[in-house]
Amino acid sequence: MRIINSEKIEQAVYELAKNACLRLTPSCARALRDAAAAEKQGSAAAFALDTVLQNADTAAREQMAVCQDTGYAVILAELGQEVHIEGELLSNAVDRGVRRAYEDFCFRKSICDPITRVNTADNTPAALHTEIVAGDKLSLTFLPKGFGSENMSRLYMLTPAKGVDGIVESIVETVRLAGSKPCPPVYVGVGIGGTFDTCAFLAKKALTREIGSRNPRADVAEIERRALEKINALGIGAQGFGGNVTALGVSCELAPTHIAGLPVAVNIQCHCVRCESVIL
Amino acid sequence: MKKITLPLKDADIENLKAGESVLLSGSILTGRDCAHKRICGYLDKGEALSFSLTGQTLYYAGPCPAPAGKACGSCGPTTSARMDAFAPRLLDLGLKGMIGKGERSEEVCESIVKNHAVYFAAVGGAGALYGNAIKKSELVAFPDLLSEAVYRFEIEDFPCIVAIDCHGGNIYRR
Repeated sequence: MRIINSEKIEQAVYELAKNACLRLTPSCARALRDAAAAEKQGSAAAFALDTVLQNADTAAREQMAVCQDTGYAVILAELGQEVHIEGELLSNAVDRGVRRAYEDFCFRKSICDPITRVNTADNTPAALHTEIVAGDKLSLTFLPKGFGSENMSRLYMLTPAKGVDGIVESIVETVRLAGSKPCPPVYVGVGIGGTFDTCAFLAKKALTREIGSRNPRADVAEIERRALEKINALGIGAQGFGGNVTALGVSCELAPTHIAGLPVAVNIQCHCVRCESVIL
Repeated sequence: MKKITLPLKDADIENLKAGESVLLSGSILTGRDCAHKRICGYLDKGEALSFSLTGQTLYYAGPCPAPAGKACGSCGPTTSARMDAFAPRLLDLGLKGMIGKGERSEEVCESIVKNHAVYFAAVGGAGALYGNAIKKSELVAFPDLLSEAVYRFEIEDFPCIVAIDCHGGNIYRR
């Protein structure tokens, strides 16, 4: 058994939140530069992508949040079952780290009661997903999730007969219906299989993968490739201004499902992909 | 790039064409979901607003708090479509410009033409760049809404694209 103090977890979340909100992931910055190169010079899409790349430099230089939507604090924790957490409850430690970081670094507090719309004023609670895994480590991944793109996400309960073509169509349809609203070029996280709830989680988890990475299963990687090709043929382009790049990538994660169903969850992420991880 | 000074003049609006890039400077108000709902709530009850929208440009945004030494934190546009239910009413009241991101409903497009107004698209996800171009910030109304309150900003060289012009030109229709 290994002991990890909750204060160490709080501090780790604090650092992850800070770094995540201040910079794009390296794979996102790379994909945006490639996208800018793929658009016609002088086009509105090129203007949008150049502005976005300049913005990343401004954020780094001025130590300002890359995007003012510093998001719902989504944390994916993989907790080794040989770890014993000493001190506070894990979720309390996570919320304390989020609260301090959002206050100290002037990030926007965006969490409110769904009915009264009264803001909790400290960006908590975080959306904490905990998986128990083998080993004696705690892995934490922080994904500040903006809601302009979250709003455009969809869940399909397909029939098994729809198969691979149905999966690809669902992914492409989600991006088409989202149009200019989620800040394209988007990153598309897809969950395939599981249940109504686990499928949506898989889609979120897919967004923590590097842009350009491929699912190790060849048939799933082929779904990613086909969907990306069809999405980029839509012509929505950066900010919906028209162009060749509507998505930076498609990542699919898979789980076994029921003989009667084929759940497909499509979680849309804007072009401002921010994600940081640490292993304690 | 064409430079435009805010508040907008009718002659400037007349000459803006969908698809052209512009740099906006001058005075704007902010307002997003909760502020719109509240403004329209006052209007429904026949109560006066504490500020005027006539001739103004409204920026759909909710800023990050200002770090020390800055007028404003990161502050890019939010998705305009969520304000579509309210926009025609505000345009009828004399609102002349809107800055946001993404396409608008048919009703908003028609109201822009009818009221000789304009919709600018700022680049979503460029919050640091826009926040840095805000030189002054003043709270105007609804402080309890925090980032969703109404602020008046003095901006300098905000890069935007004319998305929907007063003649019905629309960059999202291809």
